Amino acid sequence: MFSNEDVAEIILRSGEHLILVTIAMIVAISIGIPLGIAITRYPKLAQPILGVANALQTIPSLAIFGFLISVPFLGGIGKNPAIVALTLYALLPLIRNTYVGINSVDRAITEAGRGMGMTDWQLLTQVEIPLASGAILAGIRVATAISVGVATIAAAIGGGGLGVFIFRGLATIDNRLILMGAVPAAAIALGADLALGWVEQRLTEQPLRRGKLDRKYAIGGGILALLIAGLVGINYFQAPPTIAIGSKNFTEQVILGELLAQQIETHTNIKVDRQLNLGGAFICHEAVKAGKIAGYVEYTGTSLIQILKQAPIKDPQLVFDTVKQAYDRQFQLEVLSPLGFENTFAFIIRNEDAQRLQIKTLSEAAKYTPQMRGGFGYEFLERQDGYPALAKTYGLKFAKIQQMEFSLMYPAIEKKSVDLIAANSTDGLIPVLNLTILEDDKKYFPPYQAVPIFNRATLKKYPQIQPVIDKLAGKISTQDIQQMNYQVDNKSRPVDRVVREWLKSKNLT
Amino acid sequence: MPQSSEIAVEFRDVSFEIDRRKILADLNLSIYRGETIVLLGRSGSGKTTMLKLINRLAIPTTGVVSIDDRSTADWDTIKLRRRIGYAIQDIGLFPHFNVSENIGLVPSLERWQTSRIEARVYELLNLVGLEPEVFARRYPHQLSGGQRQRVGVARALAADPPILLMDEPFGALDPITRLELQRQFLYLQQQLGKTVVFVTHDIQEAFLLGTRIGLMNEGNLVVLGTKDELLQSQHSEARAFIACLNAWEMGG
Ligand SMILES: Nc1ncnc2c1ncn2[C@@H]1O[C@H](COP(=O)(O)OP(=O)(O)OP(=O)(O)O)[C@@H](O)[C@H]1O
Ligand SMILES: [Mg+2]
Repeated sequence: MFSNEDVAEIILRSGEHLILVTIAMIVAISIGIPLGIAITRYPKLAQPILGVANALQTIPSLAIFGFLISVPFLGGIGKNPAIVALTLYALLPLIRNTYVGINSVDRAITEAGRGMGMTDWQLLTQVEIPLASGAILAGIRVATAISVGVATIAAAIGGGGLGVFIFRGLATIDNRLILMGAVPAAAIALGADLALGWVEQRLTEQPLRRGKLDRKYAIGGGILALLIAGLVGINYFQAPPTIAIGSKNFTEQVILGELLAQQIETHTNIKVDRQLNLGGAFICHEAVKAGKIAGYVEYTGTSLIQILKQAPIKDPQLVFDTVKQAYDRQFQLEVLSPLGFENTFAFIIRNEDAQRLQIKTLSEAAKYTPQMRGGFGYEFLERQDGYPALAKTYGLKFAKIQQMEFSLMYPAIEKKSVDLIAANSTDGLIPVLNLTILEDDKKYFPPYQAVPIFNRATLKKYPQIQPVIDKLAGKISTQDIQQMNYQVDNKSRPVDRVVREWLKSKNLT
Repeated sequence: MPQSSEIAVEFRDVSFEIDRRKILADLNLSIYRGETIVLLGRSGSGKTTMLKLINRLAIPTTGVVSIDDRSTADWDTIKLRRRIGYAIQDIGLFPHFNVSENIGLVPSLERWQTSRIEARVYELLNLVGLEPEVFARRYPHQLSGGQRQRVGVARALAADPPILLMDEPFGALDPITRLELQRQFLYLQQQLGKTVVFVTHDIQEAFLLGTRIGLMNEGNLVVLGTKDELLQSQHSEARAFIACLNAWEMGG
């Protein structure tokens, strides 16, 4: 079931995952526990600090990642912001448990200590912390479990880890891939919890020796620390790739990202770091703007409406010109020539329904939608140019609207848990699952031409890039991209091979 | 009993409030070196609070508490407390320290040598009637209430402090062990001549141990004197305590 390559990658990703979690936990512990202690000494600060830590935990991780992209030093894309975000999430249980643990030490005990003439430091280190160590360790356990979970989302900003499998698996509807990420993640969570549980038990079983750290543990701890430091070093000081290419987190985007990357690598001496599977248009945009990635492929309609927040325009050329100009002025970003195909929103129903109801267009469908269940992505439901305005244009009403992850829509419509989905016209699954695209007969959706968007500073620094990307202009037809999507989505073929074959077929290699 | 006219602990016009509520009022009291003052009073009358004013676990709202003619405010708090042994009412043994470590707490804070601490711990365990071989390595949760209390007393005595604050130290003991320890205490007092402030609500214990007895009533020190002076007192609280004594004797 798993090839050697798979196993190697599972080990690599698990290693990345462990490193993310370990570094984040070390940072979080060295901030959270002292902070928890501090607020037992300055009780006035307790509520504000716990409040902030609490609030941090309620922010969705993608929002934190998005915010962090433009933050200097700690932010960007890759491992750093992932570690920062994990740290922020881990803080609350650490601060709270330390605070509560110390405050629930019996007053008679602390009073005796103080009465005997212990200094505050002695009381803290010899009495309060040892007696609170159970609670503190429980906090560490909770924080670790949270970190292992959140770390799967780090893949959204190129942080690596087991989330890479999960995102890839969700994008290609491949349960095997999802399991390759989820099972080791669960194993890590379980293993960490067991190990910490063991430590916790030893602490409560055998009361702490003051100052007498067992030599065995010291050596063990030292070796572990060295190992981690080594792993961290290897991860951070790998020869830096020259430029990074990004993509959003669905199959077509990964294909396009890989395509840009191969095109650059075969025709220039530049090495490409593939930051594929970033978490959405917003994150890609922030990343290319900040120069964290050199470029990615965007769709003109998305740029116009979602990024530039302008009203929809129907003429494709006008949309392209508007976007190109605005990007040039506002963001110092270059919008290069369109690649050839459009990826518009498509309202999709099962063939059998289309035939039974005799509907081909959205206008015709409006009559039947009150008996249908719609499955839409969060983005589509929220966007200005998305569902609300569209429903108004066509007078659509649904029996029920299910908000769902993009990658779960096809299984949902196939298994008939929804009857109509809003997905992309280029999805390789449309023909395979016997689905029909309803025609947007009122031309509601603006054009969504695929265009490479590049950071201008990067293009200036590496002038050899732009001509190479320009060679792709107009080369990718809708059939081409559907076919490539199909190869990856349904044939489970590796993206790099599919892309290489296509490049060869177009004599681009 | 060795006793001098030197004042070891002095309360001058001391009052103490928590949240604007008066807990202690207008305390004036001189405790002489080597004497045993017993604070007698009902529950909630302010005895524990008075002890805490001495080692600065409580800070007077008005007035001055001085040790060796120096206000506790001017002492280095840590140094002050190391000179004052404190057996607290709730015992407050450290649950993660064994008996020997609990008793050796102040000596180890004072950086005594291990062997010296060990010898001292054995000496004290014998003193409070706990066999060292049996008890030294036990943890507090492996002791009975009375045994814990005795460990608490031993801990207060450990670094040989010149002043001792003992808050109902024999409260949880059976009458036989209690009498034994009271005798032990009297004998030691004759030898060592420490300044002791001893809290009890048992008038018999007060009579047996105290050089002088301070009777507390609702935050006031209402009678201060020897056993005989207390017996003569016409104060209603004093009469009430003496009535208990009589009732007990008649019953027995
Ligand atoms: N931290 C506190 N906050 C509010 N009130 C307190 C506090 N500590 C003590 N008191 C009050 O101060 C008064 C005196 O308390 P204290 O502990 O000195 O009494 P006590 O004479 O030692 O009583 P007992 O014999 O029951 O130990 C009591 O009314 C008590 O409720
Ligand atoms: Mg008391």
